[in-house]
Amino acid sequence: MDVVPKKPNPPYGPKDVQLEDLEGQRKNFSFPVAFDIEHSGGSVGNGLEEGQIGGPKPGHYPIGLLFDLLASSSALPWNITVHFKSFPEKDLLHCPSKDAIEAHFMSCVKEADALKHKSQVINEMQKKDHKQLWMGLQNDRFDQFWAINRKLMEYPAEENGFRFIPFRIYQTTTERPFIQKLFRPVAADGQLHTLGDLLKEVCPSAVAPEDGEKKNQVMIHGIEPMLETPLQWLSEHLSYPDNFLHISIIPQPTD
Amino acid sequence: MPNSVLWAVDLFGKVYTLSTAGQYWELCRDSPLEFKRVSATTQSCWGIACDNQVYVYVCASDVPIRRREEAYENQRWNPVGGFCEKFLPSDRRQWSDVSGLQHRPLDGVALPSRHWEWESDWYVDENFGGEPTEKGGWTYAIDFPATYTRDKKWNSCVRRRRWIRYRRYKSRDAWAKIPSKEDPKQLPDPFNDLSVGGWEITDEPVGRLSVWAVSLQGKVWYREDVSHPNPEGSSWSLVDTPGEAVQISCGPHDLLRVTLWEGQALVREGINRNNPKGSSWSIVEPPTSENGIVHVSVGVGVVWAITKDRKVWFRRGVNSHNPCGTSWIEMVGDMMMVNVGLNDQVWGIGCEDRAVYFRQGITQSELSGKTWKAIVASRESDRSHSGSSSSLLSAGCFFGDEVRGSGESCAPSDTDASLEADRPGPDQPVPAESVDGPRNPRDSLASGTGRITERAVEVAGPATQTPGPEPRPGPASTPAELPWTNIDLKEPKRAPSHSAAGFPETTSLSSLGLLPLGLEEPYGADDHPLWAWVSGGGCAVEAHAVLKWFTVQSGLSPSVQTLSLSIMPAQTAAWRKQIFQQLTERTKRELEHFRHYEQAVEQSVWVKTGALQWWCDWKPHKWVDVRVALEQFTGLDGARDSILFIYYVVHEEKKYIHVFLNEVTVLVPVLSETKHSFALYTSERTRQRWPVHLAAATEQDMNDWLALLNLSCCESRRVHGRPSPQAIWSITCKGDIFVSEPSPDLEASEHMLPCDQMFWRQMGGHLRVVEANGRGVVWGIGYDHTAWVYTGGYGGGCFQGLASSTSNIYTQSDVKCVYIYENQRWNPVTGYSSRGLPTDRYMWSDASGLHECTKAGTKPPSLQWTWVSDWAVDFSVPGGTDQEGWQYASDFPASYHGYKTMKDFVRRRCWARKCKLVTSGPWLEVAPITLGDVSIIPESPSTDRSGHSIALWAVSDKGDVLCRLGVSELNPAGSSWLHVGTDQPFTSVSIGACHQVWAVARDGSAFYRGSVSPTQPAGDCWYHIPSPPKQRLKQVSVGQTSVYALDENGNLWYRQGVTPSYPQGSSWEHVSNNVCRVSVGPLDQVWIIANKVPGSHSLSRGTVCHRVGVQPRQPKGQGWDYGIGGGWDHITVRANATRALRSRSQETATGWSGEPGLPSTPSRAAGAPHEARGPVCC
Repeated sequence: MDVVPKKPNPPYGPKDVQLEDLEGQRKNFSFPVAFDIEHSGGSVGNGLEEGQIGGPKPGHYPIGLLFDLLASSSALPWNITVHFKSFPEKDLLHCPSKDAIEAHFMSCVKEADALKHKSQVINEMQKKDHKQLWMGLQNDRFDQFWAINRKLMEYPAEENGFRFIPFRIYQTTTERPFIQKLFRPVAADGQLHTLGDLLKEVCPSAVAPEDGEKKNQVMIHGIEPMLETPLQWLSEHLSYPDNFLHISIIPQPTD
Repeated sequence: MPNSVLWAVDLFGKVYTLSTAGQYWELCRDSPLEFKRVSATTQSCWGIACDNQVYVYVCASDVPIRRREEAYENQRWNPVGGFCEKFLPSDRRQWSDVSGLQHRPLDGVALPSRHWEWESDWYVDENFGGEPTEKGGWTYAIDFPATYTRDKKWNSCVRRRRWIRYRRYKSRDAWAKIPSKEDPKQLPDPFNDLSVGGWEITDEPVGRLSVWAVSLQGKVWYREDVSHPNPEGSSWSLVDTPGEAVQISCGPHDLLRVTLWEGQALVREGINRNNPKGSSWSIVEPPTSENGIVHVSVGVGVVWAITKDRKVWFRRGVNSHNPCGTSWIEMVGDMMMVNVGLNDQVWGIGCEDRAVYFRQGITQSELSGKTWKAIVASRESDRSHSGSSSSLLSAGCFFGDEVRGSGESCAPSDTDASLEADRPGPDQPVPAESVDGPRNPRDSLASGTGRITERAVEVAGPATQTPGPEPRPGPASTPAELPWTNIDLKEPKRAPSHSAAGFPETTSLSSLGLLPLGLEEPYGADDHPLWAWVSGGGCAVEAHAVLKWFTVQSGLSPSVQTLSLSIMPAQTAAWRKQIFQQLTERTKRELEHFRHYEQAVEQSVWVKTGALQWWCDWKPHKWVDVRVALEQFTGLDGARDSILFIYYVVHEEKKYIHVFLNEVTVLVPVLSETKHSFALYTSERTRQRWPVHLAAATEQDMNDWLALLNLSCCESRRVHGRPSPQAIWSITCKGDIFVSEPSPDLEASEHMLPCDQMFWRQMGGHLRVVEANGRGVVWGIGYDHTAWVYTGGYGGGCFQGLASSTSNIYTQSDVKCVYIYENQRWNPVTGYSSRGLPTDRYMWSDASGLHECTKAGTKPPSLQWTWVSDWAVDFSVPGGTDQEGWQYASDFPASYHGYKTMKDFVRRRCWARKCKLVTSGPWLEVAPITLGDVSIIPESPSTDRSGHSIALWAVSDKGDVLCRLGVSELNPAGSSWLHVGTDQPFTSVSIGACHQVWAVARDGSAFYRGSVSPTQPAGDCWYHIPSPPKQRLKQVSVGQTSVYALDENGNLWYRQGVTPSYPQGSSWEHVSNNVCRVSVGPLDQVWIIANKVPGSHSLSRGTVCHRVGVQPRQPKGQGWDYGIGGGWDHITVRANATRALRSRSQETATGWSGEPGLPSTPSRAAGAPHEARGPVCC
């Protein structure tokens, strides 16, 4: 089968895009992907393999993350090879059905809320709210999705932020799948933690020394936020639909 | 929430205030002496200074405190000299008070104290009951005392006229000494404690306060006649006590407690509206017999006390009916004193550290709160180096004993340190340090448990210091060069050369502790926040409000936004800008070039289904369960169109109706006590007065549907974002705000767009009045008279997420009263009782008497509202009441009067209960003055927009006329009020496009303000304009040239004969009746809210109507065009001045007439509307 360029409906983008200057773009947080369907049979969306770098990559990662992590410097549209046989069961989470994907998504949301609000918000929601979250995502209906997700992004007025920030840091250079630790948005002295603080704490290798050369890029949603950006703000505005802040550390392009 | 302040006195007697929005204690200026105690209210603060005298500090306001003095000049007619000063022996004097009993010469009227000044000289009052007398103010009668008339008759033997003069309280924002009680026979008995409260007991007179004081001899004194217009009160009167009092506390309502020398507490009983001093005392024993009470503080429903061992106690079960309460509960903490402020919030001063603590977590349901939290705000005098505080925080200080005596740690941030290390000025005060042994602030920070109180570091050199908020205490007397230490100072530039103590060079942190104690003296007052007294009586902390007192915020946090309105985005941090820039670039990179790709998932239809209830408006006339489905089609161009299907079953036959959302003109929430419902109108249904009524099971469900339907409607009409400056605003009787984009055809002379086709969308918030002008300045007034200014956002309320802007949405609250009536009939046996005749109304009813409304059964108006007070008798009903609030009449229903006569067989009294609503919307409060009416100058596009500010006039809820200064597009809230003096309270004001200001006074007559111009924004004088015969005006609206007024009987009047040379006009001409609100716009267009508007299904009250046929030569117009209706209360068209378009439309009238697609014109392409299968028409 030939390469069929299509625009999928990938995860929703940052809530921020709602600001007036970016008004028109908020529902089109997508980028072009070229699927290379190798075999027409089986279900799509299980085992994505990224061609150029090699090795199967977890297909259950958000596609935007995969792009940041693996192909941010490659030319668009992004060429993807989709395999429909010999699923690498030991490397990848196999989602045999749409229900399994939904369950996986919801478990991510729940995990994130456990970190943010001790699961209080997600547990107070009704089943139909959970469904709306998923349906909104599935159908590219940001308004439906955000109507529910908004509640997950709130925090008590007397606090300065979430309990912990749900984040995962991915690196191409290590074998570890990702780094995930407990990290509070506000320091003990009341200062807001920044992205830089987080990296210094949990992934010091990613941050360049004071005067040293910048070796890595810190990417979220295809952009490089400044390290001074408060983490709480990032979590509220640049989280993926699963409510995690997926941060990619990729080597600085040499050219 | 407006900012309010916490008052406190430090150990040195300096008075400080801390704003709820602030982070710094600000020194109270103008304190001539040191104070011992203060007791604050929102408007003023009373204090006892070190001379044991009482002082009052009245906060400044744009509205002056002015009182009228009046005197009457009397004359008798005699045949020789006509009216002259020759009187009969029995007559009154030539100059008298109103009764004639007291002699009152003009020059004998003196100012009550040196804190008052005269506003002007005496002048004659020409206004007599709303009518100008035009004859020197004389009114005539047959004899003294008698009824005076305006006209001289043949038998008028006497006449009199009123002279008035205003005096003004001038000592505002200053401590004014209250003369002590003067009794030469007794030894002076200075005051020892003082407490102010009682402002919730009654509103008559305005701002009445109960001021109580305790003298050193243990006597209790009450200050008579303290109110807003008389801030000093008149005299002290002694209140007998059964024991020697040492301390007193008066709550906002009827709680009053006195601490006795023996350790018991006295409770005052019988405090009520008629007797604010109360009637008797009863004694409450202390919690434990060995430790008596030394301090007590009361709120509305709480009592806190401190015993001799400094333990804090909370009294359980205290309320108006049982002021004594039931039992004591011991609370954590050791406190010097506690103070209960507004909303029963509590502050205390710690025993050990003398820090001010705030009791966190106090809510109406949990009055004892959760924890004490130390307020670490630094003082204003330390602010010149605010950077130093950024790394400091009180890490949840409780009563730790690590630090005694409140040392201050020195911890400038790194940046500040490096910046400022170079310039320690030679004459700088040294940071005084208390010696607690070596301490390392860094370590404390790191451990997170260290107990650090806020500390001041004097670092800024004279050159860099911000304008000194406070003169430093005599730098000359200090050693010329004092070492300045800094934790990050690696190489101190300046060694301590000849400091008396000669301490070593400080290069390490630990040496901080070595500073000699002696140095503390000169600066102690500046550097040590050791508190002696705190008063929260003026400090309104809402439950869950965010205060910045407890942490020192970093400058990076976007949450550090002061609530100030500006058009520029508040968040301008570099990181934020960069993210947006990158996102824009990324979108361009990743999307723009691939627009031609087809969608991977073809998505055309999205359906949301749900179960609602629908009001079946024919048999059986009830709510029926329906399934609803909203189908949204997304076209290839991304445009959305939607249809709402309502499936119902009638007689076991399945039917449905459908509504095209692009035809919907408005969605109105119709919240009632029980149902969460909303009404959906199309222009057809508007004409029929027959909306589709739908109800949801829960509030959340309704909000979701309402938000979704609104979003769909807006999408299909491509209405988005902030309303244009020309938008038409309206408000329903529920306080919901709607806004409509005016089509240019709306005011076209031909082919005018029918106003039932206007599309209204809802804005978040809750208002009673809204006024706009063509430059985007929009003001609103809530039911509680709070003034609000539009922030430029959109959404809020139930419109969250996409339908709402991310910024400029704030919390808004509103308070209103629910009234019910208690009715009684007199019978010979028991007198008045709640046993009525069988034909009588309910003994507890609404105002009409038709519906039963009991205290227990009456609910807030809708589920959005919650009760915030208990039922209380309302004494301010028209007609007056007796002491218990009763109004008498011969029978129901009749006119009621406030006194009993022989013929009165029934009586009623009004009970009011306050309820509160909290919502959100694009509104910011304009504190502190509450308003009754507001008007902004309408401006046509031809007006020169540059230069001067926008004229805005308002009437305060007390009737003061105000003119707002500094209003502009960039600062729509303006800067300050300019008070415009009047001889009586006003109710309504309106400013026309040429700065013609018209106003309506409370007596129903109109006034024209002369000489108002951009350079003279307040004008010079009022011209009295009589109202239409036998009518009392209530509202006025002025457009370009037209002046319309509305009277209390719903008649609309047009002012005839208004010309530029004679702007007052000549007479009133009747235009219409059944009108309840009028708005005249800059094109002289006239819009009203009218009652009894016909429709094919029902009459509708509160309907928006548009005057048709208004032409320059025919400014009164010809008839009405009816728009949306059924519960509308207010409209303003004063922003809509699309004159250019109108003239264009006149030129090309035919071209415009058939052209669809204007924003508010529903597309008719969708074909015939709704009622499929016809049941609706049956």
